[in-house]
Amino acid sequence: MKGVLKKIVWGTAAVCLLAAPAVQAENIKIGAIFAVTGGASFLGGPEARSAEMVVEEINKAGGINGNTLELIIKDSGANPEKAISFAKQLIEEDKVLAIIGPSTSGETMKLKKIAEQGKTPLISCGAAEVIVNPVAKYVFKTPQKDSFAVKKIYGEMKKLGMTKIAVVAGNTGFGKAGKAQLLKAAPEFGIEVVAAETYDKKATDLTALVAKLMANKDIQAVVNWSIVPAQAIIAKNMRQAGWDVPLFQSHGFGNIKYVEAAGAAAEGIIFPAGRLLIAESLPDSNPQKALLLKYTNDYEGKYKEAASTFGGHGYDAITILATAIGNGGTDRDKLRDAIENIKNLPGTGGVFSFSAEDHNGLDIESFVMLTVKDGKFVAYEGK
Amino acid sequence: MTPELFFQYLFAGITYGIMYAIVAIGFNIIYNTTGIINFAQGEFVMLGGMISISLLQFMPLPLAVVCAVIITMLVGALIEMIFIRWLDNPSVLRLIIITIGLSILMREVALHIWDESIRSLPYFYGNEITTIGIGPVRISPQVLWVIGVCGVVVIGLSLFFKITPLGREMRACSANRTAAILCGINTRNMVTFSFMLSAGIGALAGCVMSPITYTQYDSGTALAIKGFTVAILGGLGNSMGAVAAGLLLGILEAYSVAVVPLAFQDAISIAILLIILFVRPHGLFGSSEAARLTEF
Amino acid sequence: MKSSKVFPLCILIGLVIGVQVVTQLTDKTFYLTQLTMAAYYTLVVIGLSVLMGYAGQISIGHAGFFAIGGYLSAALTTHNLVSLQTHPFIQALGSMGMLIPGQDLYGEQLLTVAPWPACLFALAVAAVVALVLGVPVLKLKGHYLAMATLGFGIIIFRIGLATEFFGEADGISEVPAFVLLPSLAGLPALSVSGDFGHRIENYYIAWGLLVLGMVLLLNLIDSRTGRALRSIHGSEEAAEAIGINTARLKLAVFVLSAVFAAIAGVFLTHYNGGIGPSEASVMKSVRYVALVAVGGMANLWGVLIMGVTLTFLSLRGVFGSYDDAVFGTILILVMLFAPDGILSIRGKALLARFKKENA
Repeated sequence: MKGVLKKIVWGTAAVCLLAAPAVQAENIKIGAIFAVTGGASFLGGPEARSAEMVVEEINKAGGINGNTLELIIKDSGANPEKAISFAKQLIEEDKVLAIIGPSTSGETMKLKKIAEQGKTPLISCGAAEVIVNPVAKYVFKTPQKDSFAVKKIYGEMKKLGMTKIAVVAGNTGFGKAGKAQLLKAAPEFGIEVVAAETYDKKATDLTALVAKLMANKDIQAVVNWSIVPAQAIIAKNMRQAGWDVPLFQSHGFGNIKYVEAAGAAAEGIIFPAGRLLIAESLPDSNPQKALLLKYTNDYEGKYKEAASTFGGHGYDAITILATAIGNGGTDRDKLRDAIENIKNLPGTGGVFSFSAEDHNGLDIESFVMLTVKDGKFVAYEGK
Repeated sequence: MTPELFFQYLFAGITYGIMYAIVAIGFNIIYNTTGIINFAQGEFVMLGGMISISLLQFMPLPLAVVCAVIITMLVGALIEMIFIRWLDNPSVLRLIIITIGLSILMREVALHIWDESIRSLPYFYGNEITTIGIGPVRISPQVLWVIGVCGVVVIGLSLFFKITPLGREMRACSANRTAAILCGINTRNMVTFSFMLSAGIGALAGCVMSPITYTQYDSGTALAIKGFTVAILGGLGNSMGAVAAGLLLGILEAYSVAVVPLAFQDAISIAILLIILFVRPHGLFGSSEAARLTEF
Repeated sequence: MKSSKVFPLCILIGLVIGVQVVTQLTDKTFYLTQLTMAAYYTLVVIGLSVLMGYAGQISIGHAGFFAIGGYLSAALTTHNLVSLQTHPFIQALGSMGMLIPGQDLYGEQLLTVAPWPACLFALAVAAVVALVLGVPVLKLKGHYLAMATLGFGIIIFRIGLATEFFGEADGISEVPAFVLLPSLAGLPALSVSGDFGHRIENYYIAWGLLVLGMVLLLNLIDSRTGRALRSIHGSEEAAEAIGINTARLKLAVFVLSAVFAAIAGVFLTHYNGGIGPSEASVMKSVRYVALVAVGGMANLWGVLIMGVTLTFLSLRGVFGSYDDAVFGTILILVMLFAPDGILSIRGKALLARFKKENA
């Protein structure tokens, strides 16, 4: 019943907002395209909720330079054709200042040209590196680059002396991009990928795949790259088969629900992630700490569910945008420049520093290696 | 292939196959009494899982499963009474579209009740990494639960249809509806019973499978497609055929992992199904008579 | 063509032009974006309507044909052949004028197949697939036919999702504009493209295509063939008995509807500048079936109206997160209370009143 209650609360809040007399100087419209339903709802849902939360908070505090924000959320259901339709609608009809989202890489790639033509800044929550490489003038993204995650994992493997690994990935945009990066970067670290497989995002059991990989005695570790529930399934199936090589996951594992789903099988999984998941154990000097704790508390208090790095992408997108509006005002081109000029802005994914060449703004240090211990995320100390 | 690997694939295939079969049986029960393929069958499986997970907060596991099955049965009956019962001699095409609509609707309702996150029941015995060794192969005890439940369902159903008066009346309905009416059987009630029965079986399947496969608001669709495939392959209406076809498809899928990239697995298994369908249009174990009975 | 058919077509054409003029005058041309997209989807739906409503054959796999058209055209016009330039086959294609050089968004050199040959190739493939598939599939009946077409759709979906050539989960983006007619005698070129400046021309391309499709199908169902088709729907055995080659007719309609879907796929993909696996999904096929059902199966005008209306609203995001739920509800309600389509409700009521007044 949680979902229904949530809707009622939101509905009431929306009505109250509408009923309040608009005394502010200006109402800044911001478009948001998220996959709230459909195959990527585990991304789009938390992203939309986080963005909504931030906007509410900004408006409660009096807006940006006295201007309130109006967030127009469109649910694409992860369909590119809908995302295209919505993007055009937001740009021309609603005349939004900027768009945050979409949730997936496939949708974002199709909006790149539209954002360029419409001269509207787009801050995507899609993971694949191709979104910002090559750089398009108006397109930005908040999730960390997958090449950094790959390098972080391979660096760790090198320390452990591993040279032969298996790569498995889900058939989503995230899995596809990650698999490509894993294959590309392997020689650089002296690592050989001896098996690479892609499974369905709705896979319900991967015992057969595990059996196949296990039969190859050379494999010293498995890297799984996906954002879907199947990453808990592969962990379970590996441990059930009694295969105890280390399992590395991508930063897509940064959701405590997956740890809960994998239960005892999640123990010892190693993966790179932003610091959101270990916010409490960070030293007080860390620039992100205060923000991470606030986001986690606010989100969990408001929506009664665990905060994840996915929701964090949405949080970062709207925070970056709000900062840029504060600095650059409400002209699309000035806003774009203002985003590029953002330096050292702490977010949930890391500390953002954009430039004309870097439209992601995060470096490899935005990742830390984590592991699962007693059902909780903790920093990985190495062996 | 080493013998060890051979058996590992075999057991993985059996696990998949049994899961498909148990969904297919749900299809068959309704088909037998009504000639309808209920495309919302996958949603019963999802509902069973979701309801039991929600109930688990208030009661012990066995009771939660029983309650979930009963609630889903009521939902099944309600759906039949609201959407099917009063239709006057509807065409098969119309019924297909109605049940597709129901499946979409149930999925969306589930999304707005339980949101998009994944949930699961705890393992009935042991935990995620507990395994039992059978020869060289290690399998999760939950798999045995699934196989056991499927076995009980198949045996229970055949006894139910053979021995109990209600079961006989339902069979009479499927054999010849007009004759059944003439014998004083309330065929409309029989249709409602068949929906309840298949909803209950679907829900039970959803509960035992939940620890292995997890439950999400849209997990029903994929299961329904596989279940439908198996039901057709086994010959519509034939429960033993469904089990055989399920095992066949599951084992085929498991071994195919060894030969083709996993990403193409579904495409290949369905291509094989199509070829079988072209050669034997009434399924592997169905009679050609049955295939001719229902047309648009 | 009979005047009873020409009249509604004239109204349709008048409406199409009227909508454009009104949006232009009121500065609301942005509505044309979704109207253009809706027209393409409706092209699939009217083709399917002839197959389902008139020939009585269900297909839960028409998104597959749409995807064959869209994906092939997109892949051919985006796949960079620069590295293969010296290959004799590529050179032969080049000398036939089938390749065009270009530059992408970032200044990279491109050499791709020109849109026209790509389009024709995609349509030919869709037709051949429909032909090869149709022969065995159309022998099946009832649920078995539903399963076979559903299976076909899933196979296409899976291939798109698993093949690198088709972009896997991301699909294909940066599909170039499709220049239908080069600029001639001072007239600007006519091209299918989603660029903001090309909106009005694309609106007319899409609706022109849809009107053309309607004319073709209306003529078809009113011809000898059309009557033969309806007799198949009524009773296949009876049709066979009066000397109709049912198998061949069903196949012809199947191929026709597949080509309609593929044309829509090609055009919409160029219009959107990309295509993703969701276009081939089961849910899409189900939607097409739903639109046919809601429009009243064997009622081309009803299917056209409902197809455009519902797709337009859905593409504008009117239903928000309840998009699928609304679709499911409409589908159920129509099938329960008005199995002959939404428009039949009014028609029946009017007819009843008419009869009453005359009695």
